[in-house]
Amino acid sequence: MKQFAALYAELDTLTASNAKLAALTSYFAATPAADAAWAVYFLAGGKPRQVVPAKVLRQAAQAAAGLPEWLFDECYDAVGDLAETISLVLPPASSTVDIPLAQWVADTLLPLRGEPPEVQHAALSRMWQQQNRLERFVGIKLITGSLRVGVSRLLVTRALAAVSGIDAKLVAQRLVGYTAQAVVAGKALPDAAAYLALIAPAGNGGVQRGGQPYPFFLAHPWQQDVAAMAAQLGSPAQWQVEWKWDGIRAQLVKRAGDVWVWSRGEDLVTERFPELQAAGATLPDGTVLDGEILVWLDGQVAPFALLQQRIGRKNLGAKVLAAAPVILLAYDILEWQGVDQRTLPQHARRALLEQVLADYHPPGIQRSPLVAGDDWAQLATLHTSSRARGVEGMMLKARDAAYGIGRTKDVGTWWKWKIDPYSIDAVLIYAQAGHGRRASLYTDYTFAVWDKPQGDATRALVPFAKAYSGLTDEEIRKVDAIVRRTTVEKFGPVRSVTPTLVFELGFEGIAASSRHKSGIAVRFPRMLRWRQDKPVAEADTLADLQMLLQPGSTAANA
Amino acid sequence: MPIQSPDNPLIIARPEGLYCPAGDFYIDPWRPVARAIITHAHSDHARVGHGHYLATQAGEQVLRHRLGDIALQTLRYGEAVSHNGVRISLHPAGHVLGSAQVRIEVAGEVWVASGDYKVEPDPTCAAFEPVRCDTFITESTFGLPIYRWQHSDALFAEINQWWRANAAQGRVSVLFCYAFGKAQRILRGVDASIGPILTHGAVAPLNDAYRASGVALPATRRVAELAARGENKAAYAGALVLAPPSAAGSTWMRRFGDYSDAFASGWMLLRGARRRRGVERGFVMSDHADWPGLLWAIEQTGAQQVYVTHGQTGVLTRWLGEHGIAAHTFHTQYGDEDEGVGQQQDEATQAAAAPMDDAADSAHRAEQGPEEGAAP
Repeated sequence: MKQFAALYAELDTLTASNAKLAALTSYFAATPAADAAWAVYFLAGGKPRQVVPAKVLRQAAQAAAGLPEWLFDECYDAVGDLAETISLVLPPASSTVDIPLAQWVADTLLPLRGEPPEVQHAALSRMWQQQNRLERFVGIKLITGSLRVGVSRLLVTRALAAVSGIDAKLVAQRLVGYTAQAVVAGKALPDAAAYLALIAPAGNGGVQRGGQPYPFFLAHPWQQDVAAMAAQLGSPAQWQVEWKWDGIRAQLVKRAGDVWVWSRGEDLVTERFPELQAAGATLPDGTVLDGEILVWLDGQVAPFALLQQRIGRKNLGAKVLAAAPVILLAYDILEWQGVDQRTLPQHARRALLEQVLADYHPPGIQRSPLVAGDDWAQLATLHTSSRARGVEGMMLKARDAAYGIGRTKDVGTWWKWKIDPYSIDAVLIYAQAGHGRRASLYTDYTFAVWDKPQGDATRALVPFAKAYSGLTDEEIRKVDAIVRRTTVEKFGPVRSVTPTLVFELGFEGIAASSRHKSGIAVRFPRMLRWRQDKPVAEADTLADLQMLLQPGSTAANA
Repeated sequence: MPIQSPDNPLIIARPEGLYCPAGDFYIDPWRPVARAIITHAHSDHARVGHGHYLATQAGEQVLRHRLGDIALQTLRYGEAVSHNGVRISLHPAGHVLGSAQVRIEVAGEVWVASGDYKVEPDPTCAAFEPVRCDTFITESTFGLPIYRWQHSDALFAEINQWWRANAAQGRVSVLFCYAFGKAQRILRGVDASIGPILTHGAVAPLNDAYRASGVALPATRRVAELAARGENKAAYAGALVLAPPSAAGSTWMRRFGDYSDAFASGWMLLRGARRRRGVERGFVMSDHADWPGLLWAIEQTGAQQVYVTHGQTGVLTRWLGEHGIAAHTFHTQYGDEDEGVGQQQDEATQAAAAPMDDAADSAHRAEQGPEEGAAP
């Protein structure tokens, strides 16, 4: 645990990828396999399902530190991170012992799950009595499952490749599903054997395990003008063009009589989608499809909001399944008859996909339609109809591309050609301090539009969206200073301000919503730019937002 | 204990600053007034433009360096004067050289205004001395239980280790720190045998003022002096450079080639603050009292009533209230020298006070060729 905590502290101070890689490599080289197994698990984004509720952690920390709840909350507001807050308020340890990571996970972390709060509370207090500040911090991070130390999965992959001397691509492939293997294999842990299999020489342990998916091939954003397309991309005939669907990217795996559905985050989501489980069962063993999970109603795609609501449901009753039925819109085939198809060119995989779907007619799996166009101008015209079709734009896939790993271009390229976001000029009315790097800076804002047109003396600002991304550090500092200066009231961590700031907000989707005061919910809102030129009175109105609700409408002030 | 006089307080908050009606003077006022008592020379507490200044003898050199020609009367720590029937004395606050708590007494009632203070030992200034009083006015910069400073031996061991490791690789160690107080405390605390110590133009005159006041500091050289002699990058190898935070990211830094940077401040306790600062290392070092320090100091005064100024006023006021001490808040315009208003103003003052260095530095910049010269 001490070594892992020290690694965390080191990674936390480093910014250069190469330095982080060196730190990881020397850690793995010096760490026993059983501990390295867990280190890989946590660093690659593995999270044990909630072990201890945050509430119990807070209560145990308050008791151990002898602080009233309000004061602990004040501390948390200043720090912006629960694990860090707790590590700072606890009294010094009586004595510290060094327990190997694997043993700590097995003896301390995992047994906490499912215990009643009193038992968890007592176990946490015992644990803290033996840890220094850093170990407490890292330990709580592992318990809450949010390590966030700026290490990507790719970096872990490269470190393992460096330690073992095997190809990083092979490691990447073996690592797929590693963080979820408890579920796949039915047995609990990434153990020493699992770690050794990751770094075993090529040819050993390279066989697809159980329901393991392939690493997803990801697209690059296409951000240039239509005019540049012919020069950059050549003729559209060299590209397989599809709509870009707004759903959940997923792989459906059918092997040995079982079906697995994996989301892009490599979460196993089979149980969320019984329709796809049933559909997969009709396919032969040794089949892996790549596509998009969508709610499909009356032969067309439903807004993402509906899919989101369904994901949130704990129980999938008949009513939910009828109200929001899903399909897999398949666009690629990665394995057929147990053979990896990823090195086939895109057009050949497409032909195989069409053949398989035609032969087996799996209910609930459709093929993603191709979009035809003689030239880019014609495709661009079609592209403008994206919003009316409920899609986010187009995908351009090189016809001769193999299926790559992650966001790579070495075996061919996928481009995502997205439509411009909706945009609206809104007024900042509330601000809240951010978390992590942005703790104690006001970075999370609530935005409002006017409920009546300009000139109406009775009009008021109606909040409709929260956003916290899109500003530079410099802009954040300026806005933070203005928020502090113009604060009207404080409600806990939130400040209301005199409206003085106007921002152009961008968002991907918009839907009517009875749960919001404004009657409108927007998807992925972010700040496109600070309209320092625009007075508050000239910000947009609710009517402007409502106009965007019409299908096919474009941004109000683009 | 005399009875409190809520209708006749010895100190009240006015738009100009903390004011003593009985004596008709201010303590650390932020607007020009006729008579001011200055607790210490940080720019949010010591401003130009007052008619008459009263401050400690220990801090005279520094205060004059910062404020120039002022009508200054000084007192030794513990020495008392009487003004309009108010007995005034100054007592060590342990914050920086010459920092004081202001004790005022009228008809047996005693109020103490702390200014900024810390309770841990600091060899560059007199140690904080608790003063019994009826009403204590305390700062609260780090008034949250998360703030608990480690012992300064451990802190300097960390700094020395960082410097030594960089020096071993021939790298320069640039430590950003507040030029007045923090820089001298670091100078006094580090192991000067590791390598040469260089200072930015904003730090050097404060070192001189400290030395002139009798505080022993290791030998330092100005970066501008090396630059003026046309020494190359090799001259900096293995050195510790003390510079104000404003130098970070400036063209001034380019001369050091491969360097490691760090920032010394109490705020460096928090991971978010460290990451925002964007330096390789954050050393947790403050000249303000931590949470246990604040509570200890308040308890030592025996005060029945406490006014809380700048920092975590809401938190400390509530905590004291829940522990049987009548606590209120004074709204002041004091900042924290590491962040916020105090810093920029202070550095502006320092820059103005060190024209020679600035001139030397900019002359050197101009000599560096088109790339440097083109930089804004």
